[in-house]
Amino acid sequence: MSDTHGSADIGVTRAESCVIACADAWRDAGEIMASPFGNIPALGARLAKSTFAPDLVLTDGEAALMIGAPPLTARPDELQREAVMPYRSVFDVVWSGRRHIMMMASQIDKDGNQNISAIGDHAHPKVQLVGVRGAPGNSVNHPTSYWVPDHNTRSFVEHVDVVSGVGYARAAAAGAGATRFHDIRRVVSNLGVFDFETPNRTMRLASFHPGVSVDDIVAATGFSLTIDANVSETRLPTPEELQLLRDVLDPKSLRDRDVKS
Amino acid sequence: MSDKRTTVDDIVGELRSGMTIGIGGWGSRRKPMAVIRALCRSDLTDLTIVAYGGPDVGLLCATGKVAKVVCGFVTLDSIALDPHWRAARQKGQVGVMEVDEGMFFQGLQAAAWRVPFLPTRAGLGSDVLSINPDLKLVRSPYGADSPYLSDPADADVDLVAMPALRLDAAIVHTNRADTAGNGQILGPDAFFDPLFLGAADRRFVTTERVVENGALTDEGPLSSIVIHRMMTDGVAQTPRGAHFTANPPDYGRDEAFQKEYAAAAGDADIWTAFAERYLNVTEAEYHTHVQERSAP
Repeated sequence: MSDTHGSADIGVTRAESCVIACADAWRDAGEIMASPFGNIPALGARLAKSTFAPDLVLTDGEAALMIGAPPLTARPDELQREAVMPYRSVFDVVWSGRRHIMMMASQIDKDGNQNISAIGDHAHPKVQLVGVRGAPGNSVNHPTSYWVPDHNTRSFVEHVDVVSGVGYARAAAAGAGATRFHDIRRVVSNLGVFDFETPNRTMRLASFHPGVSVDDIVAATGFSLTIDANVSETRLPTPEELQLLRDVLDPKSLRDRDVKS
Repeated sequence: MSDKRTTVDDIVGELRSGMTIGIGGWGSRRKPMAVIRALCRSDLTDLTIVAYGGPDVGLLCATGKVAKVVCGFVTLDSIALDPHWRAARQKGQVGVMEVDEGMFFQGLQAAAWRVPFLPTRAGLGSDVLSINPDLKLVRSPYGADSPYLSDPADADVDLVAMPALRLDAAIVHTNRADTAGNGQILGPDAFFDPLFLGAADRRFVTTERVVENGALTDEGPLSSIVIHRMMTDGVAQTPRGAHFTANPPDYGRDEAFQKEYAAAAGDADIWTAFAERYLNVTEAEYHTHVQERSAP
């Protein structure tokens, strides 16, 4: 591991770096629905809405849009709501494109394909996962990012077993219907941030979290990443962001359960 | 006006082995569990279950009722994966038509609108098309020279033709219903229940309480009566009929019971004991056993 240079003086944890990396996914997003899956992306979306992306629209996790960015542990009766959003209406939003989701991925590959369906052959799965859910439709209709809390060679693989969310090469092969609104923005893991800003739209290391080395990431990835010579560290939170995160959004530190420092 | 009141047992009595049956609700939320329990103790088999899957799918798989499941997922919400579903799949005991959950919505919509398919981008480029090789694409007939082409990028575009998911029967559970077959959902989300009914030949509503026709407006706002009597053939009162799934505002999910249900997977003895106590019994006995379980 490299030293923790810049982060040491304010004691930023790994989980906090992950939250910041997720929050930045929604920078300049405007008035769209942010749909985060998992505590760390949920904190990222709330942090973004509290600071640089105030027009973001968040659901209450049930069937309504909620006002503001309440703490993660707020009870349903503490939430203020501004409109209904039942599941049937969520599809109207998905297909309108006014959404940027951050889903989880049991497997993700070099092209940005994601798998949450099954490990092994789909007809005879070694491990049955939750199912493709909305991943096929999300990934070809609106910006999609992924959160992988456990970055290793079993989660970052050469080819996923069942393509649920569609990556760049598969979208291109499927034609204009798939590429028209296809936009895999970033992958955030517990080790770093990744994007597809390469000539052939394969995965690139965008930044490494404080306390992680590029070598750590290479060793934990089951395919060859594009790594620019000038790749830098994931940015640190501002003092205001850190205070919001620690004192307002997540005072019980649920973030540390998902990512250990 | 006809009185559509019936019973859970009579609903199950109208079903046959090999049927395709749609189940309302979503995940572990407002599932018609009294009917699921009755199905589990019936001699029906070889069913195709069409659902936004939760413990309905898990229980029916665990009791050997299912040949195939049409779904986008199976989840217990507070427990991410249903271990009974997982075991059935990993042992190769059930087939699956796994599609994107929006494709699933469009399949129900197509059936309810009596068209053979609806086009969608969802599924393009994904393995949904390779694991369901009978799914077809459809090419937009509107080309660059068409006056109806609004987006040049869509000229002659290929889309997924999601086939109609026609159902032999559909069962949904509501908070209230009336004797004429109107159904009322007092919780925050109707999910796709009206579409399940629209897609089915035989349409059944189970409910916490049946009231007289016209009395539903005493129970909640007119806008909560989202199921009308042209959509239903039978209505059965079965209090706590969605237990152990969430059915607000009448009751929340019974998380402790759901944990017991999940823990009963993977161990034959524990499963046998669970089935003896909660499945091989009448609905009344089931609720007595649930009450005994939670008593201090």
